Amino acid sequence: MKKLVIRNIDQGALMKLNKILKNTFLVLFACLVLSACATSKKSTGQMQGDVYTGTDTVEYLASGVPDRVFFATNESVLTTASRETLRKQAAWLRKNSDITIVLEGHADERGTREYNLALGERRANAAKDYLMTYGISSNRISVLSYGKERPVDSGSNPLAWSKNRRSVTVKAN
Amino acid sequence: MRNLIILFLIFIIPTKAFGLIEVDITRGNLNPLPIAVSPLSIDDESKKSFEKTLKKKDIGSEISKVIEKNLKISGLFNPLDKNAFLQAPDIAHLKPRFEDWNLIKAQALITGKVKNVDDKLRVEFRLWDVLAGKEMMALAFTTVPNNWRRVGHIITDKVYERLTGEKGYFDTRIIYVAEEGPKTKRIKKLAIMDQDGANNKFLTLGNELVLTPRFNPTSQMVTYLSYFRNLPRVYLLDIETGIQEVVGDFPGMTFAPRFSPDGKKIIMSFAKDGNSDIYTMDLENRIVEKITNHPSIDTSPSYSPDGKFICFNSDRSGYQQIYVMKSDGSNVKRISFGNGLYGTPVWSPRGDLIAFTKLHKGKFYIGVMRTDGSGERLLTENFYQEAPSWSPNGRVLIFYRETKTNDKGEGFSAKLWSIDLTGYNERLVDTPTDASDPSWSSLLSN
Repeated sequence: MKKLVIRNIDQGALMKLNKILKNTFLVLFACLVLSACATSKKSTGQMQGDVYTGTDTVEYLASGVPDRVFFATNESVLTTASRETLRKQAAWLRKNSDITIVLEGHADERGTREYNLALGERRANAAKDYLMTYGISSNRISVLSYGKERPVDSGSNPLAWSKNRRSVTVKAN
Repeated sequence: MRNLIILFLIFIIPTKAFGLIEVDITRGNLNPLPIAVSPLSIDDESKKSFEKTLKKKDIGSEISKVIEKNLKISGLFNPLDKNAFLQAPDIAHLKPRFEDWNLIKAQALITGKVKNVDDKLRVEFRLWDVLAGKEMMALAFTTVPNNWRRVGHIITDKVYERLTGEKGYFDTRIIYVAEEGPKTKRIKKLAIMDQDGANNKFLTLGNELVLTPRFNPTSQMVTYLSYFRNLPRVYLLDIETGIQEVVGDFPGMTFAPRFSPDGKKIIMSFAKDGNSDIYTMDLENRIVEKITNHPSIDTSPSYSPDGKFICFNSDRSGYQQIYVMKSDGSNVKRISFGNGLYGTPVWSPRGDLIAFTKLHKGKFYIGVMRTDGSGERLLTENFYQEAPSWSPNGRVLIFYRETKTNDKGEGFSAKLWSIDLTGYNERLVDTPTDASDPSWSSLLSN
């Protein structure tokens, strides 16, 4: 009698365990599919090489005029997308000739503080030079480097770093 | 501070004990010397009066705690447990019973006596060689009571120098940047503290971003970068008076400042039109000189202790590397040739080494190399660390380390760490808040 009861309990527990395991596998499988989506989005949707191409952090100076451009690690070269953004900014600035701007240059956290201050200044100046070639007078533009002091994303991963390597155009008046 | 400096009253010439005990400073903390710090004895009357003025029950034992902590932090000494001491402090100070101290395996013994003399603090101490059964040195100081921690530091400096043959670094201060708040909106303040973390004081309120404070090696002046009014400029601050001023009149960002070894010049970077070069400004006649002239980023300059050379950081080869030049900017030579990027070179006060930060395969290292770039030695590896600063005797490096955040961007912290030149004795330096950009002062007294 006693034995039987114990077996019954055991069987019940086993069945439960099976159910739990099945469910876990389902959940695990779902997780895998989801994370696969997430990682593929990371590599193709939001970064090209290590330059950020997403729009999560981007704000707009006016409709259709993004406020920032992004850079590769240790680089201050403007990408095709960055040049397009800056041309839009230049057009907007030509239409609004009373507006002055500050170009804020930033670096990611993977560099020494002092070098990054210089790098941020170099990035902001790359943007400034491009705006000037599109007819924006240098006395409407000032440059401010924050180095790695003002990240937008506090993550310690390549995607976060790519969002932080940027030059942001800010209205000064 | 200098005018408060301790008067030496008695100066008993160290009795010759011919180095029967000797600390092997080349071996780091592998075999720290067992030392007994007997609580400094104090008479009841002095004890009561100091308790009133300093709010410390027994100032004698408080001073001995300062000494003990210093010796322990150095990694070269092992201060023994006071509970094991057999002899009373006052009697030990007169004549130690060496057998008792030998029994607990002490090789050196510090004893002392504290007294109130005309409301001044008079402290005498003796250092004993337990094995030889001899006195090694004896000194006495008189100072204002508030200086009691400094007395502990000066005693440690004397003991350290007597036992290692090198100058100490305990009567010194650290200036650094205190940090608070989320990583994306960090609030930063200048802060200063004693080398052991005591007497922490904030020097700015946190209204503007401040970075990279550095001590003048000859005075209580500090140079640093401030974003006051959103104009990043190098400033000069007198930490005694609180008076500050902008250094020079540059039409753009100045940064990465340091003093020349004689304290008369500031060397720094000036960024204009996407190019950073190195400049100096003479603090007396305000004359500005351009030292480098190159379309690359030239920054993080640091003088050799004789003032004849400058090491700095440049990406003229395509990536950050370390270069050395004469102080007039001539004879530029690259000295770093290992794998990876090199930054923040700092010349050792002894002159023979340059400490640096290295980035290689996603890891950051603090290391040292000879001034010609040979003999590179990495002392510590981490997710992120940089900006080493030398102790004034060129024995210890202090730097800061930042943690990796998790996937949600949480868990960020920045802390000060120190490490011995040998790569041993890595230690977290306690600060009341998060901290970065440390700079070590010279010895306050000699």
